[in-house]
Amino acid sequence: MRVLWAFVASLLVVAGLFALSAERAPARTRSQPAGSGSTTNQVSAGRTLYLTSCASCHAANGQGTAYGPSLAGVGAAAADFQLSTGRMPFAENAGHQAKRKPPAFTPDQIRALVAYVASLGAGPAVPTISTAPSLLPRGQQLFIANCAPCHGATANGGAVGGGALAPPLSMATAVQVGEAMLTAPGQMPAFPLSGEDLAAVATYVEYLRTAPNPGGFSIGGIGPVPEGFVAWLVGVSLLLLIVVLVGHDWDPRRT
Amino acid sequence: MLGWIDDRLGAASWARTGLRKIFPDHWSFLLGEVALFCLVVLVLTGVFLTLFYVPDATAITYNGSFAPLQGQQVSAAFDSVMRLSFEVKAGLVMRQIHHWAALVFVAAIVVHLLRIFFTGAFRRPREINWLIGIGLLLLALAMGLTGYSLPDDLLSGTGLRIVYSVVLSIPFIGPYLAFLVFGGEFPTAQIISRLFVFHVMLLPALLLGGVGIHLAVLWIQKHSQYPGPGRTEHNVVGKPFWPSQVLKSTGLMILTAAVLSLMGGLIQINPVWTYGPFIPTTVSAPAQPDWYVGWLDGALRLFPPIEVTLLGITIPSPFIPGVLLPGIAFTVMTLWPFIEARLMHEGTREHNLLDRPRDNPLRTGIGVAALLVFVMLTLAAGNDVVALVFNVPVETMTNMMRIAVFVVPAVGFGVAWRICEELRRGELHPLGRDPGVMLRRTPEGGFEEVEPPD
Ligand code: HEC
Ligand code: HEC
Repeated sequence: MRVLWAFVASLLVVAGLFALSAERAPARTRSQPAGSGSTTNQVSAGRTLYLTSCASCHAANGQGTAYGPSLAGVGAAAADFQLSTGRMPFAENAGHQAKRKPPAFTPDQIRALVAYVASLGAGPAVPTISTAPSLLPRGQQLFIANCAPCHGATANGGAVGGGALAPPLSMATAVQVGEAMLTAPGQMPAFPLSGEDLAAVATYVEYLRTAPNPGGFSIGGIGPVPEGFVAWLVGVSLLLLIVVLVGHDWDPRRT
Repeated sequence: MLGWIDDRLGAASWARTGLRKIFPDHWSFLLGEVALFCLVVLVLTGVFLTLFYVPDATAITYNGSFAPLQGQQVSAAFDSVMRLSFEVKAGLVMRQIHHWAALVFVAAIVVHLLRIFFTGAFRRPREINWLIGIGLLLLALAMGLTGYSLPDDLLSGTGLRIVYSVVLSIPFIGPYLAFLVFGGEFPTAQIISRLFVFHVMLLPALLLGGVGIHLAVLWIQKHSQYPGPGRTEHNVVGKPFWPSQVLKSTGLMILTAAVLSLMGGLIQINPVWTYGPFIPTTVSAPAQPDWYVGWLDGALRLFPPIEVTLLGITIPSPFIPGVLLPGIAFTVMTLWPFIEARLMHEGTREHNLLDRPRDNPLRTGIGVAALLVFVMLTLAAGNDVVALVFNVPVETMTNMMRIAVFVVPAVGFGVAWRICEELRRGELHPLGRDPGVMLRRTPEGGFEEVEPPD
């Protein structure tokens, strides 16, 4: 009887954890790198879109206002990053930090806008990232040394101070990872690495998302805080239940 | 065979009284046993891990099966933990059971301690076992801290660095002590092998010896019991050691092992391969210690970064939260039986009947407040994770916790006191029914209410 109870309780816990981990499955969005080989047509189409959607904050010719920084020289990489991750156009009520959301524009419109922003001044182009398994060790080293302090060892995100969050990297594409390193979005510093190192980091970020992670249900992969919670909520509660059941006087002759 | 032993040792009569020893029946008396059985699991899995672990900080090239680390320089210690996790059969599950068992072990000790505290089981003549118990708790914490650092991964390396800076902050002796413990300026090559000796030899020997004495004292002093019909200060009402208590305990041991194995097999813990090997120039974030050290980390995070200068001596800021606070906390806790006896003017009275928490509102209130300070500090250690989960700035969290660490325990004290008083007045069991109203027939034929006896 007691054993049965302990067993049922364990099963419930297991089922709960299943449900939790199912929710963590990443939604994959992949966008084509934009900005290479732009035409004058694209630039003028981009300018039209720009004037309606962006000029209120970044000013008519991208020189910037009190509501948004100058875009001269930020480059195609910055524009593609901000637009493909849905950060721009910035919503005034979104708080201090531009958050990832579904892109507001179609891939064609994004290419046009990127071409226009790139025409405002020379800046980093959208990088071409070719991930390769052989780059993994280099990628892990670079990631742990440079990115893990903010994004966490498993890229599940972390707080960086000033109210900003380093978001989880579960949705970032390889190109976006490269762009983020080149363009320093928000509170993130720039990491002007070589093309191969960019690809190495992107490879590792992809690895973290897709590789099998042995050991059972991952409880966040962010270390001892969730582990402590589980030790108490699962371990100690189960054992308390067992202790109460074992300690109960089951003798039917007594009440 | 038994006769042979008896002839030589005269063990039979001794065993007979032993087997008939009475154990009172209450579930809360089994909490300490849970801790004991966690220790059994820890020893068994720990022996397995020791067969494969290499306590050596020498750098070697990793060439195991975990792709991202191939060709990287790692310490031999980290390499052996990677091997345990990926190549040794059942190595990972043993590691995980060991780590979960460690977390639950300390938790079980704390729950056991709370039972002892709130029922006044530490009172004369049982102060001895209270003192031994506190010693065992300290040893368990030391075991946890040393074990946590053995894999030589980035996360535990960050933890060691914090320990180093706390030791360094002790006025006068800090630098000498830090050099003595670590064998030089952090990070040192010796620290891993030193921690290993402590973790697998010195501390376990003390811990197991201490547990033996703890149980022997319990055996000699007889068990305390809750008040009830037929139970006095001078008897013990319950079931005999054999068969009742032995069967119960065996069942409990198997179930404890089952729960820990279930956790070790199903829930990932301390995935060191994602943290990577320890590199002195890097820190990991979020960097937290295991839960039972969290309150100290929380105190370090909440304490304002000020350096006090007293009589020309500068006290570095980690000293107060990192050394002084735990020092005072453990001193008060250790001396509590004597403090309370003084407060209550106990003299030499002995207590074999336990209090219910409500019977002593002052003690219960103090206990609840202390517990809440601990909980608040522990939460503060996770301030960056909590900030992330609830999407508030870390600084706001820290400031909120700075207030909460004083306010919440104060409120908790008041509430606990009040509940005790209310319960005592009504003599209501929290789960019981309203006792109803007692009526008396008056000579005139009417009814009047009778005050229940207090
Ligand atoms: C509501 C005001 C607002 C609107 C509208 C807006 N932005 Fe921004 N933009 C900002 C702010 C504020 C930042 C700085 C964001 C940060 O630091 O995270 C920014 C940053 C950027 C950057 C990055 C600059 C850098 O230094 O890396 C680019 C590129 C950009 N915006 C492009 C656009 C484009 C293209 C549009 C139109 C689709 C747009 N923005 C619409 C406010 C706005
Ligand atoms: C100082 C902390 C910090 C470090 C170090 C850092 N990041 Fe970031 N990262 C951030 C912040 C903050 C953001 C959010 C930017 C914003 O507000 O737009 C971010 C955003 C990102 C994004 C966009 C994620 C998305 O889905 O929208 C990527 C990709 C990224 N970082 C990759 C990296 C990589 C790769 C590294 C290591 C080379 C790195 N970061 C290092 C703080 C950091």
